[in-house]
Amino acid sequence: MRHSVRIAVGPVQFRIGSDWAGPVAALDRLYAGYPRDDARPADATVRLFAARPWRRWLRPSVHIGGDFIVPGALPLPLSMGLLAAEMAMNLQVALGWRRHLLLHASAVARDDRALIMSGESGSGKSTLAALLGEGDWRLMGDEFTLIDPAGGDAFAFPRAVSLKNEAIAEVAARVDAARLGPLLAGTPKGDIRHLIPRADAIAAMHAPARPALLLFPRFGRAAGIESMGEGEAFVRLTEASTNYVALGEAGFAALTRLVRETPAFGITYPDSAAGIALVEELWAEAAR
Amino acid sequence: MSAVAAFVDLLAGRRDPAGLAPRDWDGVIGVARSEAMLATLAHRLDGAALPHAVAALFADQRAAAEVAQRQALWEAEMARRALAPVGIEFVLLKGAAYAAAAMACAAGRQIGDLDILVLAADIRRAENALLKAGWEWVKSDPYDDHYYRAHMHELPPMIHSGRDRMIDVHHTILPKTHRITPDALALVSDAVTSGDGFAVLQPTDMTVHCAAHMLADGDLQGGLRNLWDFHLMTRDFAAADAGFWGQLDGRADLHGLQAAVHRAARLSRDLYGAVLPGGWDRQDPGDAWFRRRLLARDDWGRVTNPLLEQVFYIRSHWLRMPPAMLAKHLWTKWRKR
Repeated sequence: MRHSVRIAVGPVQFRIGSDWAGPVAALDRLYAGYPRDDARPADATVRLFAARPWRRWLRPSVHIGGDFIVPGALPLPLSMGLLAAEMAMNLQVALGWRRHLLLHASAVARDDRALIMSGESGSGKSTLAALLGEGDWRLMGDEFTLIDPAGGDAFAFPRAVSLKNEAIAEVAARVDAARLGPLLAGTPKGDIRHLIPRADAIAAMHAPARPALLLFPRFGRAAGIESMGEGEAFVRLTEASTNYVALGEAGFAALTRLVRETPAFGITYPDSAAGIALVEELWAEAAR
Repeated sequence: MSAVAAFVDLLAGRRDPAGLAPRDWDGVIGVARSEAMLATLAHRLDGAALPHAVAALFADQRAAAEVAQRQALWEAEMARRALAPVGIEFVLLKGAAYAAAAMACAAGRQIGDLDILVLAADIRRAENALLKAGWEWVKSDPYDDHYYRAHMHELPPMIHSGRDRMIDVHHTILPKTHRITPDALALVSDAVTSGDGFAVLQPTDMTVHCAAHMLADGDLQGGLRNLWDFHLMTRDFAAADAGFWGQLDGRADLHGLQAAVHRAARLSRDLYGAVLPGGWDRQDPGDAWFRRRLLARDDWGRVTNPLLEQVFYIRSHWLRMPPAMLAKHLWTKWRKR
């Protein structure tokens, strides 16, 4: 393809091709601090392309493709090319990765032990992970957490964090502006701005962490903690995994082990400060 | 170096994987993925000296394919449990059959839907038994439904509501409206039992079906994979039975598919280095178009020749139905867009 870039996020080496220079330049900037090994063959291929040649210039719209394609997915305007790239990278990992059990969850680590947060879009799992990652936690990722089926360890996928709507201002107030991507206003997912993880989080992206606490956050209610049984955590995580079925017995073994060995809680919180306080409180118990 | 050529050479054993530059693997892997053959390549190169990242990816693919095959055979078992009580026997077709019979081409092969063949007389009862056992219709479009029932060689696709897997129930191997009418009764009555206890087509019929599916029915989507199946099964069938090629000729003639089977054999020689006996080892100028279609992939896994792809798409419809019917069908489909 006309423009391309190679990016390694956690264990996944991406090859991203694009019909336009813009998305590749934006990725280059966001991922400049990530380790580069241009000789390493790619695990996943992403393509950002115009459906018709003239749509490269005339009302340019970015279609998402690569190793895996979702038929009928709507294209995005070129101004949202970075979001298209992010969605395409997620898609390839979600559908193609088989080395680990994939959880649609954010994670942070402290002392090589991981806090994993799973929830739907809007639950606040990305924002909590981003804010904790600015404190004394290592950000492991805001989208996927990888569980090693053999040993049970969690592995990081620290892509650039996708901050949405109110979370943008909240995080922007605390970090150096150089660590923020361009504001993508009015996307189908709302306003989006990417946060580049801290350099120490990127440097440690291959380091495993032992799962120590599972949280299912829900933003927008009074602060509360509810203990969760193994069965419920298991069912919720099968739904949060994109490759649980494909991994068969290995996926079942990895997930049962995770919910048996890791205490799980549902938490509700009215604002980020309260959410972080709950996390620290539960962590103090779990990590004892 | 063209990525698709390198991919085909690696499968054929003509190229040493150690000779590939690290970045050449991107294209090879991209092509293999777009042909749904990455796990097949991973098996073919198992034990070869590979870059670390490629070896790790291939190990993932082999493990995933093993799970997927177990799941596909489980689905076949589910169909057996639904159909056996009403006395319907079926023959497994394509990927699931290759896996059940532990054939060489099954190693790493992706298996999509479950394809089974039943006697035409059993098709309604098979449909009812599957509906009772939890399968349901995928298509709600009345035209498509009628089209399948009136003109196709299979029921409209069904999906199992609990396991989310598709089943295609065939009563023959080419559409009813196709210029060629294979002998479906012979296919079912001469089926053999695989090691797993499932019925599969006997070797010559299996080979004929493979060629028919690739060259007489479809538009050559997934053609490299079908051709790889054809290559490995003919190689192994001929090794087990010296009279195989002669029997294949006779059986292909019975089903009216001699031209397709011979073309598949020549293409497997041209691409994968198959060794053909006398009488098969010919040249046909038309093969060049098929080779070009099969190899039309760039190193990003994209189709490089959309016009040729379109021509083969139209050809597949041309073979499937008479011209007047084709015109009516395309008109209906176009108005529904």
